[in-house]
Amino acid sequence: MEAKVRVARFDPDGDRDHHYDEYTVQLAENAMVLDALIDIRENVDETLSVRCSCRSAICGSCAMRVNGKATLVCNTPMSRVAPNGEQITVEPMGNMPVLKDLVVDLEVFWNKVKSVTPWIQPEGPKPEREYIVADEHMQNLINTVQCILCGACVSDCTVMEVDPGFMGPAALAKAYRFAADPRDGHKQERLELYTQPGGMWDCTHCFQCVEVCPKGVAPMDWILELRREAEAAGLKDHNGVRHSESLAHSVKESGWLDEAKLAMDSYGKFSDKLKLVPVGVRTILKGKMPKTGPFHHKRPGAEHVTRIFEELEGKHS
Amino acid sequence: MKYAFYPGCVAKGGAPELYDSTLAVAAAVGLELVELTGAACTGAGVLSERNPELADTLNARTLAMAEKEGLPLMNICSTCHGVFSQANARLKKDPEYRARVNKHLAPEGLQYNGTTEVKHLLWVLMEDVGPEKLKSLVTKPLGDLKAAPFYGCYIVRPSWVLGYDVKPERKHYLEDLIEILGAEPVEYQGATKCCGFPILTMNRTNSLTMTGTHVSEATEKGADCMVTPCPLCHLNLDGGQVEAAGVVKEHLALPVLHLPQMVGLAFGLDRDKLGLRKNLVDTGPVLEKVLGVGK
Repeated sequence: MEAKVRVARFDPDGDRDHHYDEYTVQLAENAMVLDALIDIRENVDETLSVRCSCRSAICGSCAMRVNGKATLVCNTPMSRVAPNGEQITVEPMGNMPVLKDLVVDLEVFWNKVKSVTPWIQPEGPKPEREYIVADEHMQNLINTVQCILCGACVSDCTVMEVDPGFMGPAALAKAYRFAADPRDGHKQERLELYTQPGGMWDCTHCFQCVEVCPKGVAPMDWILELRREAEAAGLKDHNGVRHSESLAHSVKESGWLDEAKLAMDSYGKFSDKLKLVPVGVRTILKGKMPKTGPFHHKRPGAEHVTRIFEELEGKHS
Repeated sequence: MKYAFYPGCVAKGGAPELYDSTLAVAAAVGLELVELTGAACTGAGVLSERNPELADTLNARTLAMAEKEGLPLMNICSTCHGVFSQANARLKKDPEYRARVNKHLAPEGLQYNGTTEVKHLLWVLMEDVGPEKLKSLVTKPLGDLKAAPFYGCYIVRPSWVLGYDVKPERKHYLEDLIEILGAEPVEYQGATKCCGFPILTMNRTNSLTMTGTHVSEATEKGADCMVTPCPLCHLNLDGGQVEAAGVVKEHLALPVLHLPQMVGLAFGLDRDKLGLRKNLVDTGPVLEKVLGVGK
């Protein structure tokens, strides 16, 4: 097959910004995007820098963006991203500085992973032999253990784009892996750390990391699990917890959201509540009146919603 | 074309103009809507965070209401759409889980058998009404209006839950619709990113930086307005635009239309029924460009 590839190029020795070069190469029908890049480097342009190793989606070296989405290029078939022979665009991962062409500096990524103390810290007397863990206690950790540290989730994280201080999906998924391990003796301290600004409550729930993770780790799911763990551990003095509790209370009591109350309840500090005043005034001046009138009331059948809450609250599958 | 209609909380609360414009457009294209007045909030992803099974049960209850009517479920909120789609996927896949959930629906005489199809208004317009019918209804082509699409995360990701593998064209329905209405879609990076609304109370600076960045980029690319199928995104993009401008330290004044507001404009529907005066950022410049008149 003929593969048309547009590649982002950047040479730190001379380039002030990146540019794109276009290549056309002949490949086998079952070729991966990485095959195209290697063919270009070997046969067309030896100056192209590409990082790769195992070619089996195990080592995590070859994560980059194909048509704007982070992926491992070694297991991304050309036929999937260019089913009709379209030109594809390959760029380095986002949210990390580019060293050259398609190779990024992963130091930011590693530092975030290291910041969660990614190893077990047992407490108490050591067992005579190994630490025994029941299978059922490891079930929740299986997904996070499958992370190959490729950086795809960090590349496309929408929060890190605006806040490099965010711990990010890979580190937070790793954080859950150790906080939830029954052999670890520092769960409370870990949860307190991850509740700080830049931690679990800064995730927007945008599903980018779920979408791009090549190993099905779904980091966002474990960030949400961390939130449940933190709340269960009594770490409730946070706008995220207040928001979540107010929303649940509103739905439980009336069947639907009391938006104004939710906004007020979510802010812990009075000074923060005042920030709602300008938008509130603008809303009133525009004559935005809820379709159901100025006062929140119960939806028909709300008693069944309340009953379902009572039957399932406190139960987490 | 008949649908069980789930308007969601915001269209009945903070964004009444979305509810009104939806009804106006539905009437124009011939959609018969049976509103599920007793349906609960989807939980907007937050309830799923707290208690996944509780959230799925409440959403199964709404899916069962639509199933009982023998109708597909139409919603007008990317977030509701995503939450329903995710719950529906879990309930369809696992009969044992569905049976467990159904025990909580039984006292109300409801049971969900996993047959309800969930469709956002955007999909209804593009798949059920179809481009040809839509084109035939355009009486006021939007001319040289440049509109920046803003999808909302939950109608885009995870793509496999939303049927993008089967219908990849869903990736560009907003752009396609903008063209059908006679306007020009603006290409920019923010279209499928997060508006920031979910963390507005948790990290206001990050939330408003996201909003400000997207509005700024769309403006820079020449947009006259944004258009979104998600009222929660609208709360930040429109409602929070003044504050976002302060955070990104730029002057921002980009009108943000709800999806049916833009469709209704091109259909020549009564501007009052579209609620264009209720958007917080002045929609006057859009009206001037499209109709040659102010508000």
